Amino acid sequence: MKSETFNIYIIGVGGQGLGLLSETIARAAAYSGINVCGTDTHGLAQRGGMVDSTIRLGENVFSPLIRKNDADLVIGMEINESLRGVNDYLKPKGTLVYYSVSWQPLPVRLGKEKEVKKSMLEESCKTKEAKIFEANMDNLKDSRMQNVVLLGVLAKNQLIPGIEPKHYKQALSDLLNHKILESNIEVFEKIVG
Amino acid sequence: MKNSTTSLVSEQAFSELVIGNTAIVRAMVESGVRVVTSYPGSPTPEIAEAISSIPIEKRPFYFEYSTNEKVATEIAFGATMNGHTSCVFFKSVGINVAADSFVQLGFYNLLGGMVVVLGDDPGANSSQNEQDNRHLAALSYIPIFEPASPKEVYTMFKEAVSIARKKQMPVILRLTTHVCHAKQKIDFQAYKAKKYDWAPSFDNTKGPFIAITTRALEMKRNARKKLAEFAEYSDKSEFNTIINNSNKERGIITFGATFLSLQDILQEATNKKPDILKLGIPYPIPKKLILEFLSSHKEVRILEELDNLLEKELKAMAYENKLSCKITGKQSDEEWIGEYTPDKVQDLLQKQWPDLFPKPQTISKPLYSAPARPPQLCPGCGHRPVFTALSKHLKPEDITVGDIGCHTLGFLPPHNIGQIVVSMGHSVSTGSGLAIGNKERRVIAFVGDSTFYHAAMPGIVNAVFNKHKITLVVLPNGTTGMTGHQNHPGTGENFNEIVDAIPVKQVLEGLGVKNIRECDAYNQNKFIEHIESSFQDEGFSVVIAEHPCMLKKTREDKKAGKFLGNKIEVRNDMCKLLMTCIQKFACPTFQIMDDGQVIAHPDLCIGDGSCMQTCEAKALRNKKKEQQKD
Repeated sequence: MKSETFNIYIIGVGGQGLGLLSETIARAAAYSGINVCGTDTHGLAQRGGMVDSTIRLGENVFSPLIRKNDADLVIGMEINESLRGVNDYLKPKGTLVYYSVSWQPLPVRLGKEKEVKKSMLEESCKTKEAKIFEANMDNLKDSRMQNVVLLGVLAKNQLIPGIEPKHYKQALSDLLNHKILESNIEVFEKIVG
Repeated sequence: MKNSTTSLVSEQAFSELVIGNTAIVRAMVESGVRVVTSYPGSPTPEIAEAISSIPIEKRPFYFEYSTNEKVATEIAFGATMNGHTSCVFFKSVGINVAADSFVQLGFYNLLGGMVVVLGDDPGANSSQNEQDNRHLAALSYIPIFEPASPKEVYTMFKEAVSIARKKQMPVILRLTTHVCHAKQKIDFQAYKAKKYDWAPSFDNTKGPFIAITTRALEMKRNARKKLAEFAEYSDKSEFNTIINNSNKERGIITFGATFLSLQDILQEATNKKPDILKLGIPYPIPKKLILEFLSSHKEVRILEELDNLLEKELKAMAYENKLSCKITGKQSDEEWIGEYTPDKVQDLLQKQWPDLFPKPQTISKPLYSAPARPPQLCPGCGHRPVFTALSKHLKPEDITVGDIGCHTLGFLPPHNIGQIVVSMGHSVSTGSGLAIGNKERRVIAFVGDSTFYHAAMPGIVNAVFNKHKITLVVLPNGTTGMTGHQNHPGTGENFNEIVDAIPVKQVLEGLGVKNIRECDAYNQNKFIEHIESSFQDEGFSVVIAEHPCMLKKTREDKKAGKFLGNKIEVRNDMCKLLMTCIQKFACPTFQIMDDGQVIAHPDLCIGDGSCMQTCEAKALRNKKKEQQKD
């Protein structure tokens, strides 16, 4: 694949607001003048199951789908899903950004499988020589705002080449109505500084 | 969520990042489609979401969610017979419901033209199978356009309308899941909105419009003739294109989203790239173009997602024309199954031409595996108490029959309720069949409310009429849950306006059901009482266990600022770690901490309290409500 292609894989649990996060990043990319394509999970998987989304940036992207181990950036909205994203999609020497919250899947709650811990995620990233960024913020008004915390970490560390904080804000203002927008921008700016 | 910031009816040209489903709606507006119908089903419901972004007074066409796909098809058929260009869209398996009317469409002169948008689902992301609806098109002599990307969705839909109108025929736009949901920036063209004359122009002299006896054969000739004319167009159409890589040895023929997978992976090719023939019209195929392509290449690989219709036709053509080209199609069952993702296409080509790509990198196996995450019922879902009560109460030999909808998820542990599912609305009749000659094992069938109106009613009439001894549990939640909260006849609101609701109970009474019992789905004791009484009834019985969809309600309450934010608290001083809340009730809210204590996760709990009756230690309390009392 040509060097300028940048693949982003987002993974989370149905109900976390993955669609909004993905749409914001895609629109921010478009505002920054980058060619973008991608796709989200819809339908059945939304009911408490795993959901994912792809965003592909660059002039030579065709399929909206990302190949295994080919994501430059994995964004995990939940810790168990973050490991799945790293295992399946993270490119060696890529980057993981994750929100450190656990929504235990059923097999974990039934004691049949083990919950993913921070150390497991760190070790897994190490074997892929990947960078890792943790996102978290206490006392959010609504847990769905965790995705704006993630956006803040992306913007602050410039983890998506070419997208600047103003582009994220522009995208958010397309997608959120006034009142919700204000509180989200507040959280975003708190992180970006 | 807004999919488009510019109004889809704007007469100006504009560029916007949209999904394929949204692109269709702009194409409908520009091309003057006047009547659009559907029944909600993935991967197509976002088409209706995009339609709803246009205020009804500005919408240049009529749209309705009909009660099922067959009804939707017939509405669109009726409308085109009045001269209005119409469009119907639905999910892949929706065509099975529509089939009785759909297969006839090609026989008629559809006076205003009609486009059928099919959302096929390779990979069965949200369907009970991954059927290839090109078979249905061939069965019905109806041509197909198949876009690969949202941009093509936009242009092909407009082309489909133009041909459908000119030739007074049906045309299919076949989409697949990742074309419907792919995002891309599209340059939408300007157009001029025209004042539309709704005068009905039905004219039975333009028929025949009745397919019986010898007329049916005449009408089949009409369908074949139009298909042959379309084939001529297909041979000239720019939607079928050749990507010339000056390779006379190797060629690939493909179509749809597979083409994009192919383009992606060929960027990594180390050897000379094969030429590509990309079909925009997979049925009827452009024979001349294909013959030329086959004749000018030594080897041609067919990359065909799902079934092998194209392969069979191409091999027959090669035989008839005595071509020496080596044609390779499907080699194993795996090539019939699943989506043709870039990874899959690379695997297939690697096997075909090992010298085409560099050796794949080996990546070490993951250190830890991530726990599986099956989908589950949402916090507060009314189906959960019903399944919890039943899994405790029923005998192991009882038979439970599920249907399509959120409640299908009851089959998963720990509830294991709903042991067999076939299709929309099947449960009553499958249950009736299971009850024949069966005196030992009780049969309980389930159905949600949208499915109740969609296809369950004939089965219910039959159960009453033929006196089948089963209990049907209807689980109304006031919406079409799984597909994204669309209205249905029981909700008191259609797509466009407030209407009288048609309550489930009233329908059941009208259908002659004698034994009907009702309770709130949260009330486990009452529900089990009703189930027990129903077993004592003679013949067919219904228990209605109703509770609003709490995902929808919570979202609406949050939006309106009415959500109280109540949370259930697990009292550590009372909790005896019985684990009933986790192992039997299984609300995702309840999680186990590292120290073994149980908590109600604050991100997930909506404070509905449906769990409280399940804790024998009485360790669950609804925090805020109690505080308010103090």
